[in-house]
Amino acid sequence: MFDNFPLWPARAAAGAGNVDALYIFLVALSGFMCLAIFTMMLVFATQYRRRRGVEAEQIEGSPALEITWSIIPLGIFMVIFLWGAVIYFHERTPPRGAAEVYVVAKQWMWKLQHQEGQREINELHVPVGRDVKLIMTSQDVIHSFYIPAFRIKQDVLPGRYTTAWFRATKPGTYHLFCSQYCGTMHSGMIGQVVVMEPAQYQAWLSGGGTTGSLTASGESLFQQLGCTTCHRADTQGRGPSLAGIFGKPVQLEDGRTVVADENYIRESILSPSAKIVSGFKPIMPVFQGLIGEEQLNALVAYIKSLSPAPSGAAGANAKSQNP
Amino acid sequence: MATAAVTAEREHYLNKEYGIRSWLLTTDHKRIALLYLISITFFFFVGGFFALLIRLELLTPAGDLVQADTYNKLFTMHGQVMIFFFLIPSIPAVLGNFLVPLMIGAKDLAFPRINLLSWYLYVIAGAIYVHCILTGGVDTGWTFYTPFSTAFSNTKVIEAGIAIFIAGFSSILTGLNFVVTIHRMRAPGMTWSRLPLFIWAHYATSIIQLLGTPVLAITLLLVVFERAFNLGIFDPTRGGDPLLFQHLFWFYSHPAVYIMILPAMAVESEIVACFTRKRIFGYNFVAMSSIAIAVFGFLVWAHHMFVAGISLYSALIFSILSYLVAVPSAIKVFNWTATMYRGSISFTTPMLYAFGFIGLFTMGGLTGLFLACLGIDVHVHDTYFVIAHFHYIMVGGAVMGYLGGMHFWWPKISGRMYPEGWGRLAALLVFVGFNLTFFPQFILGYMGMPRRYWQYPPEFQVLNVLSTAGSTILAVGYVLPMIYFLWSMRYGKIAEDNPWGAAGLEWKTSSPPPTFNFEEEPEVTWEAYNYEEIPAPAEEPVER
Repeated sequence: MFDNFPLWPARAAAGAGNVDALYIFLVALSGFMCLAIFTMMLVFATQYRRRRGVEAEQIEGSPALEITWSIIPLGIFMVIFLWGAVIYFHERTPPRGAAEVYVVAKQWMWKLQHQEGQREINELHVPVGRDVKLIMTSQDVIHSFYIPAFRIKQDVLPGRYTTAWFRATKPGTYHLFCSQYCGTMHSGMIGQVVVMEPAQYQAWLSGGGTTGSLTASGESLFQQLGCTTCHRADTQGRGPSLAGIFGKPVQLEDGRTVVADENYIRESILSPSAKIVSGFKPIMPVFQGLIGEEQLNALVAYIKSLSPAPSGAAGANAKSQNP
Repeated sequence: MATAAVTAEREHYLNKEYGIRSWLLTTDHKRIALLYLISITFFFFVGGFFALLIRLELLTPAGDLVQADTYNKLFTMHGQVMIFFFLIPSIPAVLGNFLVPLMIGAKDLAFPRINLLSWYLYVIAGAIYVHCILTGGVDTGWTFYTPFSTAFSNTKVIEAGIAIFIAGFSSILTGLNFVVTIHRMRAPGMTWSRLPLFIWAHYATSIIQLLGTPVLAITLLLVVFERAFNLGIFDPTRGGDPLLFQHLFWFYSHPAVYIMILPAMAVESEIVACFTRKRIFGYNFVAMSSIAIAVFGFLVWAHHMFVAGISLYSALIFSILSYLVAVPSAIKVFNWTATMYRGSISFTTPMLYAFGFIGLFTMGGLTGLFLACLGIDVHVHDTYFVIAHFHYIMVGGAVMGYLGGMHFWWPKISGRMYPEGWGRLAALLVFVGFNLTFFPQFILGYMGMPRRYWQYPPEFQVLNVLSTAGSTILAVGYVLPMIYFLWSMRYGKIAEDNPWGAAGLEWKTSSPPPTFNFEEEPEVTWEAYNYEEIPAPAEEPVER
C-alpha cells in the first residue's frame, strides 16, 4: 500500500535538496513552537484549573517579556527570510550557457520546443546534469509551469516571457503540472518530464524527424518576413543591427537605457514603437497578431544566436557545450 | 420559577415589538445583528454544502461525481460565499453589531439607519449572488484572475462581480459606523485605555474595511468594464496587464484576511479573560498589536505573487514585510497563553473554543512563515499547502472564534443558556474534524498536489480520503450548535444577567438587554477586566 502512499515528493534536481533542508528546518521550528505553546497551555490549564476558594492572581503584564518575545521571533524570522531569499535568488538566476527550451502554454496543453528543433507536447525530455532554461509564454490565460520533483514553479503569462531553470540530477519520469487555475480542464493540463542519461538522451534526440533547429527556422522566418532589408548585418540598414545586442544595454531615443532581454526582443517585434532605439525612426511595421507564439519564439531564438555565447545564446551548439 | 415569570414580563429588545415590520424596519443594532445572524448562517450552510461536494469529488482520483466545469464552479462559489457572504460579515456584523454599543455603554451605533442600510445592501448582494448560483454560477476561482475572468470564462462573472461589489459597500458602512461609534459614543469614563480588547480589534478591523474595500470595489468594476465593454485594462491582447489585476486584488484581499481574523482575536481576548478570571496579560501590547496588524497588513500583498512574474527585488521586499506582520500575531498568542498563568481556569464551551483557536491559529500562523519564505513558497504556492494554511487561519481561527463568541454571548443575545454538554461535544467534534480535514492537506501540498484540481494522480488518494472523512465530522460539529441554539430559544434555561461572572459593560445590563441597552447611562470608574472585583459564579451556571 505504501507504494501508493508516499509522504514526500521525489527529489530530482539540483537545488531541491536546499529547499527540502529549509523546509525540514521550518517543520522542526514550528513543531517546537507548537509543542512549547501547547505544553504551556496544558500545564496552566491543569495547574490553575478553577478551585473553590482559590482566586486568580492579577498580573498586569511585563514589557521586558513582551520585548523578548517580539525580538527573538523577529530574529528567527530574519534568518528564515535570508535563507529563503538565497534559494530564491538562485532559482531566479539562470546560469549562462544553459540549453534553452521554449514553452508555449495554452488551454489545456503544454507545447515545448528544443533548440535542436524537437517539438514535444505535454512531455519534456532532458538529460541528467545539463542546465535547462525555460522561456515561457501563454497563448491565452495565465498558466503555471510546475515540476514538484524539481521544486520549481513559474507562472506563464500571455503577452510576455517568463523564465525558469533547472538541472536534473536523477533519471526518471516526473509530474509536470499546471498550477495556476486556467479553466475547464486545468487538472488535465498535466504532463511528464523524462530525465534521461546523456547517452539515451542523444539517442532520443536523433530519433524522430525535425524540421531543423529553432534558430534555423528563425533565420528563414527572418528572411521571409523581410526583416533583413532593414536589420542588416552592417550598420547601414534603416533599422539597428541585431548582431551582438542580446544581453547588452540599448540606448533609446527617449534617453532611457534598457537591457535587450527576451521580453525586449519580443516587444520590439510585436509593437516596435514601444521602445525606439536612439538614432532610428519608428518605421517598422507592427507584427502583433501577424505571427504566432511559436514563430515568435523562433525569431527570438535566431536573434539571440546573433550574439556570441556565453550571453545566453547557447543556440544549436548547446550539445557541444555541455558534456 | 418566580424569576422566570418576572423575566418573561420584563420588556427587552426581543419582545418590545412583534411582527415582520418591527424587524425589517428596525434600527436597533441588536435586532440588526440578529438579521445578520440569520442571513450569514444561510450562506454558511450554502458554502458548506459546496465544500462537502468538493470533498466528495476528491474522494477518488478520477473526476467522477460532477463534471469538470461543475467542480470549478463549486470551488469558486465555495470561496466567494464563505469569504464575502460569511467570514467577512460574520463576527463584525453579528457579534460586533450586537456588542460594540453595549461594551462602550452606548444606546446604539452612531448611525442606526446606515446600519440597517448596510444589512439591506448585504441582502441585495446576497440575492444577486444566489440568482447567479441558480442560473449557472461562476467559475473564475474566488480570485477572479484576469484575463481568464475577463476574456475566457463563459460563466456569470459580471453578476458575481456586481454582487461582491455591493457586499463590499455593506462592509464599508459597517466599518464606518464602528469607527464613528467608538470615537464618539463612549460612556463617561470609558477612556481608550479602558476599552475592552474586543473594541480595539474591531476598531482595527473597521479601518481595514474602510481603506481596503474601496480598492476591491474599483478592481471588480474594472473587471466588469473589461468584460462588458471591451476596455483594455488587464488583458494583454487589449493592451492591459494581468499582473496589475493581481496587485489590485491582493491589495484588498490580503488585508481582508485580517478583516476575518482580527475580530476572532477580539472574541478570544474576552473569552480568555473571563474563563481565567484575569486581566489580559499585556493589555497595551495586545491592543496595539491589532493596530499594527491593520497597518502592516496593507504592505504585504505581493507575497501572493512570488511566482507570478514580479521582479526579484520586489519579491524580497514583500517577503521581509510579511515577516514583520507575523510579529504582532505572535505577540497575541504569547499574551493569551501568559494570561492563563496563575489564573482560575474553567472549561466551559467558549473556553474550549478559545483553546482550539490558539492551537489552530498558531499552526496557521507558523505555516504562514513557510509561505512568506521565498525559497519554500515557489514549491508550495498554489498547492494544497496553501489551502491548508489559510483554512487553519480562516476556519481554525475565524470560525472557531465566531463559534466561541456565539456561545459566550448567547445568554446575552437570547436570554437563554445553551445546553453545555452538547456545546462541549460540538466543540470537540469541530476541533477533531477540522484537523483531520486540513492537516493531511499540508502533506499533500508539499508532495505537489496543485489546488483547484478536479482529478489528480492516484498517489494522492489516501490523504484525500482522510481529508474527506474529516470533513464529515466537521459538518456534524457545525450542524449541532445550530440545532441546540434553536432548541434553547424555547427550552433553554433562563440566563442570568451575568451568568459567567464576566467583566464588561454588556454584562451589567439585563439578558436580553432593553432596546436602549441600559436603564440609565453607565459611568465607568474601573479598568477593563477588573476580575478581582467581580465574584465568580457560585456554581457552573449551566445545565448538565
